[in-house]
Amino acid sequence: MTVAARPTSATRLPGLAVVLVLASAIVMAALVLLPLVVVFADAFAKGLGKYLAAITEPDAVSAMKLTLLVSGIAVPLNAVFGVAAAWCIAKFEFRGKGALLTLIDLPFSMSPVVSGLVWVLLFGAQGWFGTWLIDHDVKIIFATTGLVLATILVTFPFVARELIPLMQDQGTDEEAAALTLGAGGFTTFFRITLPNIRWALMYGVLLCNARAMGEFGAVSVVSGHIRGLTTTLPLHVEVLYNDYDFVGAFAAASLLASLGLVTLVLKTGLEWRHAGELAANRRH
Amino acid sequence: MNLQPTDDTDAEARATSPLSLEISGVSKSFGRFPALNDVSLQARDKEFLALLGPSGSGKTTLLRVLAGLERPDAGEVRFDGEDFLSIPVRRRKVGMVFQHYALFRHMTVAQNIAFGLTVRPRRERPSKSETADRVADLLSLVQLEDLGSRFPAQLSGGQRQRVALARALAIEPRMLLLDEPFGALDAQVRRELRRWLRDLHDRAGVTTVFVTHDQEEALDLADRVAILKDGELRQLGAPNEVYENPADPFVYDFLGPTCRLPGRVEGDRLTVADWETRAPKDAPQGRVELFFRPDEVTFAPADGAGLAAQVKAVAARGPNVRIECLIEGRLFELEAHGPTAPGGVAPGLSLRIRPMRPKVYAARSDA
Repeated sequence: MTVAARPTSATRLPGLAVVLVLASAIVMAALVLLPLVVVFADAFAKGLGKYLAAITEPDAVSAMKLTLLVSGIAVPLNAVFGVAAAWCIAKFEFRGKGALLTLIDLPFSMSPVVSGLVWVLLFGAQGWFGTWLIDHDVKIIFATTGLVLATILVTFPFVARELIPLMQDQGTDEEAAALTLGAGGFTTFFRITLPNIRWALMYGVLLCNARAMGEFGAVSVVSGHIRGLTTTLPLHVEVLYNDYDFVGAFAAASLLASLGLVTLVLKTGLEWRHAGELAANRRH
Repeated sequence: MNLQPTDDTDAEARATSPLSLEISGVSKSFGRFPALNDVSLQARDKEFLALLGPSGSGKTTLLRVLAGLERPDAGEVRFDGEDFLSIPVRRRKVGMVFQHYALFRHMTVAQNIAFGLTVRPRRERPSKSETADRVADLLSLVQLEDLGSRFPAQLSGGQRQRVALARALAIEPRMLLLDEPFGALDAQVRRELRRWLRDLHDRAGVTTVFVTHDQEEALDLADRVAILKDGELRQLGAPNEVYENPADPFVYDFLGPTCRLPGRVEGDRLTVADWETRAPKDAPQGRVELFFRPDEVTFAPADGAGLAAQVKAVAARGPNVRIECLIEGRLFELEAHGPTAPGGVAPGLSLRIRPMRPKVYAARSDA
């Protein structure tokens, strides 16, 4: 039936396809392109001088530095955690594997605000370990440590989720072959496992980094919004916006948007060059 | 099988050479699934041993136990008298060729082959030029001289298999393990590589164990064949030995096309339908099943001796004639070779069939 029906639907499809493509192009332009244009338009609304001033004023610079610091710590750690988790799940059989997989996905399904709040509940002044931390003069909430913890939690799944399907697909034969040829565990990991996942790992790190730098919700809860101290770039945007400093807010936002564009270009490049090694996972 | 005298003395030499591999009482289960159950067998030095069985028979598990990739729940494996199970995989020096070759996809052919040399501890590691020489030797051994700088994805199945073999041989293995070495190849390449592999084994002089589900391959290649089913060793012997004297109905059936009929043995007489004949030696008494190969039969006229058969269809297939006939209400496809084919056989004709080498096993409901 379907085979017989195909020629008629095929002749009718182009017209319909054009309509659909146009419709989605318009929606995309309205929802994605327009806001992007607005960000840059408003950032440069009062001229290049004001823009440069906005992104070089001390609070903006410290927000950028903090953002780089936080993601500079969170992303490498999550790359290591992600590889370790994916390696366990893809190459070994053990009890509780399903539970571990669910746990890895948890940050995806949970509101980032909750991911921030848990740290406040644990380490805040009224939290479980609050008094102990105050007694020992350790500051986690309203400090860089808290920002890093919140970011790690929110961005944990990116690398692991990217690697698991690929590593499961690759199986364990190559590792087993390396062992029979006399290689030890470390050699096998660094010379066989890691090179086989390098592009997928880069892809995961890229997405993880984009999210880490752009994270707002979780970071907002643990930050305390101390200007020049605990405001990351997304928080800085909010602070300025609430102050009716629109040029400043959009200038900072344009930096985040540029980061997004760079990520997109790199991601597309990776997908184009190494499609085969990423094909196992196309959900992002 | 091979009539050349030199090969015969080789085979004799192997038959009397010392045991190198001794597997005793090896068992292994995965969860509640028993993959190997109390398997014991031995291989002699430089022997070419086939592990033959259907899928799920435990043959690959046994191979992985030998490689050290699986740990048996019970039993012992000794190699040259050494307790093999206490040696970790990386120190066993077994060359393993995996079913799908498991070539390192991000390395060139030459890098693949050199891998086993480059991961050696620094003191034992050959120099760069020694490694390169060794790789070149191995490439020429497997006839891939010009392909050293290719990546595995750029090779055909047969070439990949030879790279895998060269990589395994590079570490000068004490034993070579091959998991379905021809499994992923098409029939033509398969047959070519089979002879080549046998020659290579004879030249390399390494004890080799290979896993296959293809009885023809096992019988053609191996010095001895171990037939496994459901994790148990059913028979171990030289190819002609197991083919001519299968230990049980399963082995008989697995080794080639089979015709079977119920019968009875009383004293030294075997009765199948209206045919009575002398029972084969060692035949069990009482209810039995008669087994014979469809191409090992002689034909007699309807008034002669043998099993009454009614011809249903006749088809000439090259030098052979396929005769479909009804015996005891069951349809059999018999095969006659040109010279032995009876003349004038046509559908509807009645004749008699006499199996040339019938085998008789006690009737079992589950066989």
